[in-house]
Amino acid sequence: MTRTDAQPLIRMQGVNKFFGSFQALKNINLEVHRGERIVVCGPSGSGKSTMIRCINRLEEHNDGHIIIDGKELTDQVNDINAVRREVGMVFQSFNLFPHMTIVKNLMLAQQLVRKLSKAEARDTAMHYLERVKIPEQAEKYPIALSGGQQQRVAIARALCMKPEIMLFDEPTSALDPEVINEVLEVMVDLAKEGMTMICVTHEMGFARSVADRIIFMDEGEIVEEAPPTEFFDNPKSERTKKFLSQILTH
Amino acid sequence: MTFDIDLIVESLPLMLMGIGITLKLLIVSGLLGLMLAVCLLLMRISGKWYLSFPAQVYIYIFRGTPILVQIFIIYYGLPQFEAVRDSILWPILREPMGCAIVALTLNTAAYVSEILRGGVLGVSKGVLEAGSALGMSARQKFIYLTAPIATRLALPAYSNDVISLLKSTALASTITIADMTGIARTIVADTYAPYEIFISLAIVYIIFTFGIQKLFGAIERYLGRYTEREG
Repeated sequence: MTRTDAQPLIRMQGVNKFFGSFQALKNINLEVHRGERIVVCGPSGSGKSTMIRCINRLEEHNDGHIIIDGKELTDQVNDINAVRREVGMVFQSFNLFPHMTIVKNLMLAQQLVRKLSKAEARDTAMHYLERVKIPEQAEKYPIALSGGQQQRVAIARALCMKPEIMLFDEPTSALDPEVINEVLEVMVDLAKEGMTMICVTHEMGFARSVADRIIFMDEGEIVEEAPPTEFFDNPKSERTKKFLSQILTH
Repeated sequence: MTFDIDLIVESLPLMLMGIGITLKLLIVSGLLGLMLAVCLLLMRISGKWYLSFPAQVYIYIFRGTPILVQIFIIYYGLPQFEAVRDSILWPILREPMGCAIVALTLNTAAYVSEILRGGVLGVSKGVLEAGSALGMSARQKFIYLTAPIATRLALPAYSNDVISLLKSTALASTITIADMTGIARTIVADTYAPYEIFISLAIVYIIFTFGIQKLFGAIERYLGRYTEREG
């Protein structure tokens, strides 16, 4: 599905990012339109996480432009939190607030950032906990939940902010195999509802069935960008072929 | 050598009359010290050198010198300066009690701010990133994430410092304050029975320490309820 409408929701132009003298991102150009589902894959250390972390400015890029829904991320953006509100993020290690119950985890930012009342925040929180199918865990602390449950809570927490875009940074990499599917199911549902998503993941089944485009990164560059069928069946770059042969042979 | 039980029975109530003074020294300098420690902590983690550097110098000086010397400097040294005698702080610094509280406060603050900083450093980066990703401001993250988690992490070391402060209050007796130790020293001077008196004094401190430990144990369990899988 290619849309040519108006401006893209996310536009990265010539983005470079350095950690000291190490160049983590090299001339990244990427456009994501509303409703698109992008899967980013590539070997470890290829810059996938850094790229999506630049989108909500958890990392600051050194050159180039990143424009989110018409707002450019710059040093001067004192309103970075307004952009972050539009961009939900799910982390590999869940990062729930350990000292708060599940429902409080979901309510906190709604009350502080979206300025909702306690009652409204709780209603929204319970709504999204139902959606990720764990409302009965609402009053527990994160440590009492399994990894898969914690990650579903983390997704619900991001959704409570009603974001335009969801970023997933290897959401299933820290999970036991038997609970990976419960998290992927939530992500598939989200995709079906038309959420704009960028997922860094090695779940190639998910990539094949959900992604509109797959981006392959290596050594800080976008090496290949193609729809799933083309990407898997007819990869162009040697590096992509090598990567695919490594992850798909087992 | 005999152990004179009657003397203990006689002098224990006298020493316990100093309990109020000991408690006052502990609680007042403990609370003021904690407040000062939070200020020092905020200065140190502000990321601004003109705030963090003075805090570091302060901590370096007060951790690097004996508390007894600090008490003497404040009690014997400061009144030599006319500026001090003319200042609004004179009513406090004129009294031994004021000097002891000032010295204990300044000293404990240096240690406690480092303990709190340890707690702050222990808060996982990922949790704070999650806060950022949800659009929380630096201030909101500090109040709702860093502070509560760091408090829990710092508590065991902090209770250690409170116990240490309790015992430091005994030094106040060197500048004429009649706390439990001060009274004990007077009794020893009258009776020449240091053994009985100081052992019973030590036992009183141990009972106090036990109480403080129990209190912090309870606070730790309450604040740490989220670290238990069953709860």
